[in-house]
Amino acid sequence: MANQRVIFGLYDDETDLLSAVKHARNEHLNIMDVFTPFPVHGLDPLLDLKESRLHIIGFIFGLIGTITAFGFMTWALASNWPIIYGGKPYWPVPSFIPITFELTVLFASIGMVVTFYTVCGMGPGISNPTLHDRITDDKFCVAFKLGEEDDSDKNKYEKYFEATGASLVDVKTI
Amino acid sequence: MSAITSPIREPLIKGNKNYHQITEDICAPTERAPSVTWVLAFMVSVGFLALFAFTVAWTIWIGIGSWNLNRTIGWGWDITNFVWWVGIGHAGTLISAILLLFRQKWRTGVNRAAEAMTIFAVMCAGQFPLIHMGRIWLAFFIFPYPNTRGPLWVNFNSPLLWDVFAISTYFTVSLLFWYTGLVPDFATVRDRAKGLRKKLYNVLSFGWTGSAKHWQRWESLSLVLAGLATPLVLSVHTIVSFDFATSVVPGWHTTIFPPYFVAGAIFSGFAMVQTLMLMVRKVLNLKDYITIGHIESMNKVILLTGTIVGVAYLTELFIAWYSGYVYEQFAFYNRALGPYWWAYFAMMTCNLVSPQIFWFRKMRRNVFVTFVMSIFVNIGMWFERFVIIATTLARDYLPSSWSYYVPTWVEVGIFLGTLGLFFTLFLIFVRVAPVVAIAEVKSILKTNGDQFVEGNRQYIEEKQFSGEKV
Repeated sequence: MANQRVIFGLYDDETDLLSAVKHARNEHLNIMDVFTPFPVHGLDPLLDLKESRLHIIGFIFGLIGTITAFGFMTWALASNWPIIYGGKPYWPVPSFIPITFELTVLFASIGMVVTFYTVCGMGPGISNPTLHDRITDDKFCVAFKLGEEDDSDKNKYEKYFEATGASLVDVKTI
Repeated sequence: MSAITSPIREPLIKGNKNYHQITEDICAPTERAPSVTWVLAFMVSVGFLALFAFTVAWTIWIGIGSWNLNRTIGWGWDITNFVWWVGIGHAGTLISAILLLFRQKWRTGVNRAAEAMTIFAVMCAGQFPLIHMGRIWLAFFIFPYPNTRGPLWVNFNSPLLWDVFAISTYFTVSLLFWYTGLVPDFATVRDRAKGLRKKLYNVLSFGWTGSAKHWQRWESLSLVLAGLATPLVLSVHTIVSFDFATSVVPGWHTTIFPPYFVAGAIFSGFAMVQTLMLMVRKVLNLKDYITIGHIESMNKVILLTGTIVGVAYLTELFIAWYSGYVYEQFAFYNRALGPYWWAYFAMMTCNLVSPQIFWFRKMRRNVFVTFVMSIFVNIGMWFERFVIIATTLARDYLPSSWSYYVPTWVEVGIFLGTLGLFFTLFLIFVRVAPVVAIAEVKSILKTNGDQFVEGNRQYIEEKQFSGEKV
């Protein structure tokens, strides 16, 4: 995000935050984002956030893991170098179950975690701009986008923050 | 907002905390200079870690001949320690994953430290299979890589190979799950820090902002990882038990092994969590977050799993007799009354008899009793693995091969050394990371903080008075 001017307000409690977000919705104010120190339940529908699709990614990666593990073992033991181990057939399906399961879990987990950090724009060494140091502590933040030198908008948002009981209102360029 | 918790439940957060106070309390240990206790503990741990390095180097230099294994007894302290450490790891995953699925809110006080324990315990466990191979420089032979020997592939029918996949998957998934939970808390520490510390925690926190969408994804990820980790943790000790159960050795070749091993793993793991938590809550002054109620809950799990393990011991004895199979009968007669009777006795006393003290509420809530019991259980579970491995091997089918095994100083040194490795890592962890999951504790404050419990009671009574359903 290049030099976006943002106006934000901090609330002291999640109940204040929820009523403020409701208020913004009624006033048709376009919230840029909400930042909280912990997951606040009931916020997603108010912000029209759709359910995360991460679990679908997890399923797809898991399926890749299943196919990789089972397919590889089948190829290695039944086709590439068939050996009889302990009187078992060349294609001992029950013996393949543990490793197939483990690789399913491994692929699903790694795939989901990597996807999570990628879509959130996070990762080792990445630093995203933050609005206030207390957001990860005890403050609940609502942020709006602000155009350059746009005082009418600013006044509108300041009035909104005052009406909803924000404890601190500030403008920051991130 | 989460559902109202019944006022019958004990508060999980004491001391009338607010959100900011929680941050202060839990971040404090990472922000102040280490205490004398910590420095002393760290020095002792590093000393044992040095012993580990020395004894492992000795083993690799001299060879496995520096251990007292022989043709009859091929597995001794090495595999005993391996199974013991893997088992200890299981409690962390149980607390963080299974209790998440069961929506047990008390997990929030202990899940972070318990999962750190899991990761460090699995690291300790992983040392043993590698060292006991003898030629550690050929350890990569266990992976199915394209090689110049054909390529000749590893034996996918072997439980020992399943173990390689199980343990490495378990370690990876636990690490990912733990670290994903840590990221928001590292961000909390970052936003309080200055200078170099801020830079370090900035790297560790991966650029976390606390955006609503990110929290939503984070919760979704945690839930699915918990759902994956739950069958995973059960599979890991099941596969470890297959190392024994798929053999044809009397006393090992039993179908009861997987559930019995899993219960034993959770049992020993919770004991280790108790050992660590009782020290952590005192030294780091976190008694408001890891309350007596938390300790009692964990003691209930210890009582349950200890009794399951006890029932498994008795079932084994009964089935050995009932099977009419003389080799099996001898194996169990030998375990209880053979040359290693003292190990069997220690196992039975520590694992089956002593946890029964936790039927009494007063004992479950007594810190001293809990601490002593946690050590007992750790010892008992070590002996369980020793009994299964060494006792059984010492008296095999051929009486002419019968043998007796005592470890050398090298084997003892390696075991004590892994304790050093474990505690060194754990002590670094309590200095660097928030020991209690800050964000998760905050999310249960309004329902389980002590100042809110009374309000909830009044709310429920008012509703009941007016005839509404709560």
